[in-house]
Amino acid sequence: MTSSDQTVDGRVVLDAGDISRALTRISHEILEHNRGAADLVLLGIPTRGVQLATRIAARIEAVEGVKIPVGALDITMYRDDLRHQPTRGLQPTQIPSGGLDAKTVVLVDDVLYSGRTVRAALDAMADYGRPDVVRLAVLIDRGHRELPIRADHVGKNLPSSRSERVMVRLLEVDGYEEVRIAGKAS
Amino acid sequence: MKKHLLSAADLSRDDIGELFATAAQMHEVQHREVKKLPALRGRTIINLFFEDSTRTRSSFEIAGKWLSADTINITGKGSSTSKGESLRDTVMTICAMGVDALVMRHSASGAAQQVSEWVDACVVNAGDGTHEHPSQALLDAYTLQRHLGELEGKHVVIVGDLTHSRVFRSNVILLGTLGAQVSVVAPPTLMPSGVESWAKDAGFATSHELDALLPSADAVMMLRVQKERMSGGYFPSPREYTIGYGLTRDRLKLLGEGVPICHPGPMNRGLEIAADAADAASSVILEQVSSGVAVRMAILYHLLAGSEGSAS
Repeated sequence: MTSSDQTVDGRVVLDAGDISRALTRISHEILEHNRGAADLVLLGIPTRGVQLATRIAARIEAVEGVKIPVGALDITMYRDDLRHQPTRGLQPTQIPSGGLDAKTVVLVDDVLYSGRTVRAALDAMADYGRPDVVRLAVLIDRGHRELPIRADHVGKNLPSSRSERVMVRLLEVDGYEEVRIAGKAS
Repeated sequence: MKKHLLSAADLSRDDIGELFATAAQMHEVQHREVKKLPALRGRTIINLFFEDSTRTRSSFEIAGKWLSADTINITGKGSSTSKGESLRDTVMTICAMGVDALVMRHSASGAAQQVSEWVDACVVNAGDGTHEHPSQALLDAYTLQRHLGELEGKHVVIVGDLTHSRVFRSNVILLGTLGAQVSVVAPPTLMPSGVESWAKDAGFATSHELDALLPSADAVMMLRVQKERMSGGYFPSPREYTIGYGLTRDRLKLLGEGVPICHPGPMNRGLEIAADAADAASSVILEQVSSGVAVRMAILYHLLAGSEGSAS
């Protein structure tokens, strides 16, 4: 849901400190809701969801002293707009060795927008196993849902217009860290 | 990628890299419990094979099915071509049913190219006469890359019946694109005429001496002696061919340790390849077959998954 081109317009809505605090809160929420780290699996949706999932796992480990399995789930082939766009390259899918059966899976993505990515992720996950519970954690919820999907853990609710773009930039991927909202795409 | 895959020359180095990256992800599907991806749901792929085939046809069929496409096989024998229908009429009839891709093998060189000019569907050349077999070259290179890393500068020795080999032609082109150093070896009677000038242009080496090349090989690719395409005497006796150009137990010792041995299959055991070589630990012949499915899934995905006309 984020645009990959470099822009300097728009305004920063979260800086590195804000992102860090939001992830810490999400980590605590996940633990609180799950009453500990038992049977938790974090699945990030590439690209940036994987980085966020890794960071949340590190925070949970710091609090609970338990290492949580982290994986990646590529949803490209499950997209409902696959044939309306040029062919996309695939990203790696990495399911933790313990599998997903009977686990509590937390899907992690950077921006929740139409909800179509999450729908695709739910379909993709069904091909790998049957979790007991699936939850959704996102850094940004920008609204404009097109499907009956909601997030369980949200870093920041960011009211936006459809014509605006929300860009999440993370150190591991982009070399700097911020969330920016910009006006109409030129 | 272009709309059709007719020749290894249709692929740029970037295209190949993208296909291999996709194939690596597809490989993972082979080990899943649910071997099914929804990417080509609702697409129809026809495998039109006018020549015999086991692995190419079945692996294209499996590849299509694992991507959720509907795949149908039509073979020359038993189809209307045996009643005298022309290739054009057969192909136009099939495509009138609403087909998205045509995977075809034909004994005439250039058949796939010709068909691609007649139809709207994507055409994948699965072997045309003695001309090309690009998906085989892709899976060969993909398999080698898994063992050797980047193929740039690697020395690949291709041995055997070059005159009748479409695998050789596609491989030389593809390995050339990837920057590998290729040597091709054959007895003088099985060296295609005019190959020297092509070799000069394309930058590969030709030789009649296998033993001299084996010690420096990073990989060796044995080709099948295609008896069905041979009408005359290309060599005095099978035994003589084996002595000069077969990968025998003795020749195996000339190869460096762990140097992968490829063969596109089907093998003539005891003729171009000894059982010791075919079943050696360094033989990747079965791996080629399993990579074949992943690579063909990648090909079908890239040709068919996106919207028409917008493929980059």
